[in-house]
Amino acid sequence: MPELPDAATCYQLLARMALIRRFEEEAGRQYQRARAGGFLHLAIGEEATIVGTTSVMREEDLLIGTYRTHGHAIARGTEPRRVMAELFGRVDGTSGGRGGSMHIFDAEKRFMGGYGIVGGNLPIAAGLALASQYKGEDSVTVCMFGDGASNTGNFGETMNLAALWKLPLFFLVENNLYGMGTAVERHSAQTDLSKKAEGYGITGTRVDGMDVCAVREGVAEGIRLAREEQRPTLLEAFTYRYRGHSAADPEVYREREEVEEWREKDPIETFARRCVEAGVLGEREVGQVREAADKEVEAAVEFAEASPEPPLERMYENLYARTEAGGWYAVDERSPEPHRGEREDEIPAAARELAEAGAAYAEQPAGERPNPATHGDAQEGVEPRVAAEREVADEPEQVQPEGGD
Amino acid sequence: MREALRDAMAEEMRRDEAVFVMGEDVAVFQGAFKVTEGLLEEFGERRVRDTPISENTIVGAGIGAAMNGLRPVVELMTVNFSLLALDQIVNHAAAIPYMFNGQAQVPMVIRMPGGGGHQLGPTHSHSFEALFLQVPGLLVACPSTPADGKALLKAAIRDPNPVIFIEHESLYGARGEVPDGDADEVPLRFGEAAVRREGADVTIIGVLKMAQVAEAAAVTLASEHGVEAEVIDPRTLRPLDLDTILASVRKTNRAVIVEEGWPHGGVGANLATLITEQAFDYLDAPVQRVTGADVHMPYSKRLEQAAIPHEEHIVSAALATLRGAA
Repeated sequence: MPELPDAATCYQLLARMALIRRFEEEAGRQYQRARAGGFLHLAIGEEATIVGTTSVMREEDLLIGTYRTHGHAIARGTEPRRVMAELFGRVDGTSGGRGGSMHIFDAEKRFMGGYGIVGGNLPIAAGLALASQYKGEDSVTVCMFGDGASNTGNFGETMNLAALWKLPLFFLVENNLYGMGTAVERHSAQTDLSKKAEGYGITGTRVDGMDVCAVREGVAEGIRLAREEQRPTLLEAFTYRYRGHSAADPEVYREREEVEEWREKDPIETFARRCVEAGVLGEREVGQVREAADKEVEAAVEFAEASPEPPLERMYENLYARTEAGGWYAVDERSPEPHRGEREDEIPAAARELAEAGAAYAEQPAGERPNPATHGDAQEGVEPRVAAEREVADEPEQVQPEGGD
Repeated sequence: MREALRDAMAEEMRRDEAVFVMGEDVAVFQGAFKVTEGLLEEFGERRVRDTPISENTIVGAGIGAAMNGLRPVVELMTVNFSLLALDQIVNHAAAIPYMFNGQAQVPMVIRMPGGGGHQLGPTHSHSFEALFLQVPGLLVACPSTPADGKALLKAAIRDPNPVIFIEHESLYGARGEVPDGDADEVPLRFGEAAVRREGADVTIIGVLKMAQVAEAAAVTLASEHGVEAEVIDPRTLRPLDLDTILASVRKTNRAVIVEEGWPHGGVGANLATLITEQAFDYLDAPVQRVTGADVHMPYSKRLEQAAIPHEEHIVSAALATLRGAA
């Protein structure tokens, strides 16, 4: 077992993991309250893999991840309240409410994004690393993805390119044993994912993703190889998500005992216990960490609640970067008057009315959150305690758009 | 044309260290259509990069490089292969600036040659202007002359947005005056249509190679039918110089749109709608479209030529808008 780092680092690691855990629990709760919408993928149980990785990255290194990256952004230093505001679809969110849970981004913290397409982030990671190499910088790109993504064509293509061009890139497979609801042995012929890129010239190792110290050791070596030897490698971290794939997952594909077994290895509990037993941290400090996490997440929810909805006038903002080019960029066909999207400061009155009519849908009583995938079986994944907190139980009324038939 | 495009890249590469070229066979092989000829020699392997045959990853790597400060010019060997990269083009390049609310820009150019006429059959002859035009976040350029090819490619490389740059295989050999000009200047902005020929009777809008065919048709219309057609080449479809098109239609009261792509949901369908919405009261006849046939491009020379719009089709469509006119 790898040695514990110094007390200050242990405190930091524990604090970050606890903060992410608390954030994710609260995000799940806010989803059930219909404050957060769409799909919500929680990383509860995977905190050691996330924090272990980011804790050995340099500030100038780049991190790119998947659709399950609230924690990754927070681990990189993004304020939890801005992530929460993004889940709420509010103007103070990391993407101003444009991206949602699956598309967190923080340029300042060099968190280069959450991506909604499985495997879609791999080629982009290669490009990020290529640019660092091209510019002669010594920053490394860390690309995290799930076991499921190792089956996409992008995996093979990117591994080949990374090895061929000796990119300063490090791959971390967050193997949580399921690609959505399909177990690794049912979705990958090669179940040792650390070997899966060997044919492309990318060697791999495996690590206990529930042990933050082990993850740190593995990632630090991978980053070192990328930085100093221009050798991209892969690390497979075994981890586990306690919750379903998304908040709308009835979890028919695994046994409750399996979840319980993994909970025994809880990355936060085991690390806290080890720190206390080794005398590196006191019980009081462990308590402090939890209290601080509670407080920060509570404040995050307050902040997100108070943050305004994005104004309709800004719907076209950042669709294009402004230039001096002429012509029409965007055409709003709902309006008898055309406009140029962001190039127009004012949306014509008719378009605004229609946009407002559309936005009015968002004001309808939420009721039970419809599951975008299966039209309403989200409650199967809902814990009773949480279900009772739903504020409005009525079915949403069917509303026809004005002028509709 | 191919020299004009190469010069555009070379000039921009000399001007800006961040500009680099990558794609399948662009370096040692000098490009499948020889558009990148000589670039490797001048700029070396760091800036002129042969890639594996991995379209989605080539484009994705371009996106990542663009997000991290470079200005990649990615060549896809033909338009058809862009379908393998649609995930990166649509879900990523086009979406990233918007979905991350402007925190990241994707200043990249994706060049791809397409179009029919060389008996390359169903998988190597597509015209996907309409497909890319539909995606918000992308810019679409389709030059028809060497001068425009050079100017637009330079403008595309300097643009902060992802640009789909569609070239026509039949135009690579096209000859034309390319103004010398200052290499640091960009002589043309996006979103400026060219009026190739002025006329008062009917407006003909030709996309990509069809701009040239439309010009030829206009000559026939004048000499054989006494019809003066105004020929417009939009040059970029996004941003679109709709103002120039509308001004012309308000003058001629008639419009014909010519493209090589498929009719359903095509560029012509889109432009016809915009013209109808914006200038309905000025129209004296229904807008006419001349498009490629609604089939996969057949190999047989006879069938292929039958599937591509020709001068005669444009002439008869223009005359159709004038039927019954005094």
